[in-house]
Amino acid sequence: MEATEIAKKVLSGEMSARSVIEQHIEIINKIEPDVNAFNLVTAEQALIDADEIDSKIASGETLGPLAGVPISVKDNLCTRGIETTCSSKILEGWKPPYDATVIEKLREAGAIIMGKTNLDEFAMGSSTENSAFGPTRNPHNLERVPGGSSGGSAAAVAAGFSPLALGSDTGGSIRQPAALCGVVGVKPTYGRVSRYGLVAFASSLDQIGPFANTVSDAALTLEVISGHDPRDSTSIPEKPLDISGVLNQGIEGMRIGVIEELSGKGLGGISKDVISRVEEAIKVFSNAGADVESASVPASIYGLSAYYVIAPAEASSNLSRYDGIRFGPRTEAATTAETMTATRTKGFGDEVKRRIMLGTYALSAGYYDAYYGKSQRVRTLIMNDFAKAYEKFDILISPTSPTTAFPLGDKTEDPMQMYLQDVCTIPSNLTGHPAMSVPFGSGEDGMPVGIQILAPAMAEREMFQAAKILESESGKDIE
Amino acid sequence: MVQRISREEVAHVARLAQLALSEDELDAFTSQLAAVLDHAADLEALNVDDVEPSTHPFPLKNVLRVDEPGEDFNIDEVFEVAPKVEESQFRVPRILGES
Repeated sequence: MEATEIAKKVLSGEMSARSVIEQHIEIINKIEPDVNAFNLVTAEQALIDADEIDSKIASGETLGPLAGVPISVKDNLCTRGIETTCSSKILEGWKPPYDATVIEKLREAGAIIMGKTNLDEFAMGSSTENSAFGPTRNPHNLERVPGGSSGGSAAAVAAGFSPLALGSDTGGSIRQPAALCGVVGVKPTYGRVSRYGLVAFASSLDQIGPFANTVSDAALTLEVISGHDPRDSTSIPEKPLDISGVLNQGIEGMRIGVIEELSGKGLGGISKDVISRVEEAIKVFSNAGADVESASVPASIYGLSAYYVIAPAEASSNLSRYDGIRFGPRTEAATTAETMTATRTKGFGDEVKRRIMLGTYALSAGYYDAYYGKSQRVRTLIMNDFAKAYEKFDILISPTSPTTAFPLGDKTEDPMQMYLQDVCTIPSNLTGHPAMSVPFGSGEDGMPVGIQILAPAMAEREMFQAAKILESESGKDIE
Repeated sequence: MVQRISREEVAHVARLAQLALSEDELDAFTSQLAAVLDHAADLEALNVDDVEPSTHPFPLKNVLRVDEPGEDFNIDEVFEVAPKVEESQFRVPRILGES
């Protein structure tokens, strides 16, 4: 059932929040052993929260727009007193002394947290295979990956564990798993949603966003979690978004550009069936009255290279705090320095170590200008090219991921092949612009395909209007 | 072909990042990091000398707040999740005399 429908029924007294939660716990008990979407299921607390919602309704209290709606949250979002691990041994057992702002906002809106979802360790990866607690599997085919890094959140929504989930997106970590699991995933404009309480990976790129089965559920969730937060100094001083009110306005006259560099013409590695879905999406938009043309964003192809310098550089600094001194498990050694090294060596997995070393190298004397400095300039180049494209277009489209979900183990031995998964999603993180993935048909293997819709900063409303059109035609014969 | 990063350089950055690597790990990480840096080499052909670097998606300025006392973390909750605590302080092994 959709989140909007659940909230309506709970608020009207047609359904109790307890019965909603019980139904979802039943689905989790049945399917979760195969999928492994969660690091922790908080079923007991969810039932307590549900009873509280029900008693508030009985006493006539006003409740928020997500009253009684189950939601799963990525395990890099701090939850007070509830284990938050980032799927890393270095945080195993750590219970944050505070809630992330998005968690507070969800609770205020009446949402009920079902558990903490699995991810690639510290959100570094594109398959959720880099988790210290075992991989998550794609609910559409258990031999395939769910994508990553928010693979647990995407799988939780796809499997029906909760109609909503939160993830974080640094280079595509919401959009790519959304595409691979056949659900809607949104990366809002940088600063739209407070990052307070999101465990930092690359601070200039990280952004929290929703997963949902429908575009309108995703819109509602984003409305709830958006808005200015004084505890995040990069948070945009704006009111929460209102998307639902304009969601069904259509796209008549909207100028839509198809990014040619990311849609198979400029870039190899994009599979034929994915390109076919993009071509069908173009027809859907044209039929709905939009003006669709090819768009060129030449520097977008350099996004991947710039990102794999910038993100590790920021990560190497952010992850220096994990040393076993103030929080988390410690591997005790003779001296403090040796204790720090032992704790980090034992606590971090290989991918995290790779990125820390890559970032440390890119920032080190003698290489700073060649790698980090250069990448920062290329980042400007990419921003300039997108700004130019948006003079002609209201929104842009591309595939979300070059392929459908790949088999587990397919890319774990070759990090560079894994990184190529993010080629279409990375540019929006470098520019700070919003982008989302909408499920649109399937590939030759029957696995879901996602279309990415990109918009200029703060233009979430136009992005969602186009998403709504695409959703209404997904899976139909396109003429 | 000369690799973009040497085994010695990887050992050096591992030390800087406080990571201890085995000999096998050093070999594997060296070739993997070299492959990523090889890919980043496509940036070398770009002339961006006249382009300003961006550290952030949007212009940032200092954000100030009113200096009022607010609620902070509960100290008991903070120490509850600390590895070792003594008399309201984090306890660490010997520091003085380290090389």
